Amino acid sequence: MNLNFEIASGDFSKAGRASSHIKKVLKQLQVEPKVIKRIVVAIYEAEVNVVAHSVGGTLSAVIDEIGIQVELKDNGPGIEDIEKAMKKGYSTASKKVRDMGFGAGMGLPNIKKNTDELSIKSKVGEGTTVTFRTNF
Amino acid sequence: MKLSEIIELTNARLVAGCTEEDHDLQKAFSSDLMSDVLTLDDDHLLLITGLANVQLIRTAEMADIEVVVLARNKKATAEMISLANENGLVLLETPYSIFRTSGILYKNGLEPVY
Repeated sequence: MNLNFEIASGDFSKAGRASSHIKKVLKQLQVEPKVIKRIVVAIYEAEVNVVAHSVGGTLSAVIDEIGIQVELKDNGPGIEDIEKAMKKGYSTASKKVRDMGFGAGMGLPNIKKNTDELSIKSKVGEGTTVTFRTNF
Repeated sequence: MKLSEIIELTNARLVAGCTEEDHDLQKAFSSDLMSDVLTLDDDHLLLITGLANVQLIRTAEMADIEVVVLARNKKATAEMISLANENGLVLLETPYSIFRTSGILYKNGLEPVY
């Protein structure tokens, strides 16, 4: 099953729509609740990252018999230092993002914690692609 | 702890969800930082917060939070209430501070996550 979503930059009122939709699908597929939580927390963190940091992008999810593969692709500005971004507590988030209850430098480490495979590819000026997989 | 007891102890008002449903909570967490809430491994928690926005409701949905208490007279918006109802989340408003709400519920038997 393929699911595709557009993610608009800065639109916090809509952040979480993709995660919410995917959660409902996984529930219907009767995936174990603990596994659903791992998956949707990772997707939500990634969705918030695209809203908070990028100029906008897309999310696509492929669900097969053994798990879910998620790809988030944005059109910039890109991450300067991925290693730094993966460190707990490191953040470049704006005050607006922090006021929303995010931007504490915990998102990417939390995505890593909740996924079985994670890849982050980024080029400054071009964009970032975050791909992860979690098995049921 | 039963939802009815939580409402009574914190002098709270139910703004989303249903009291008829049997909610029996064991643990609670207090935070304004949604990033922190998203790292919790426990589920079916009660969350006490001073943050009142849509992202709070989304975070509660993803983190399998069962009941959210908005402290110190923070008011839920119509969008928050509608989203909470859609996801079966119980939303309460209390005039008490986060500190007071946490203290009362802790003293009466709700356990901390950490």
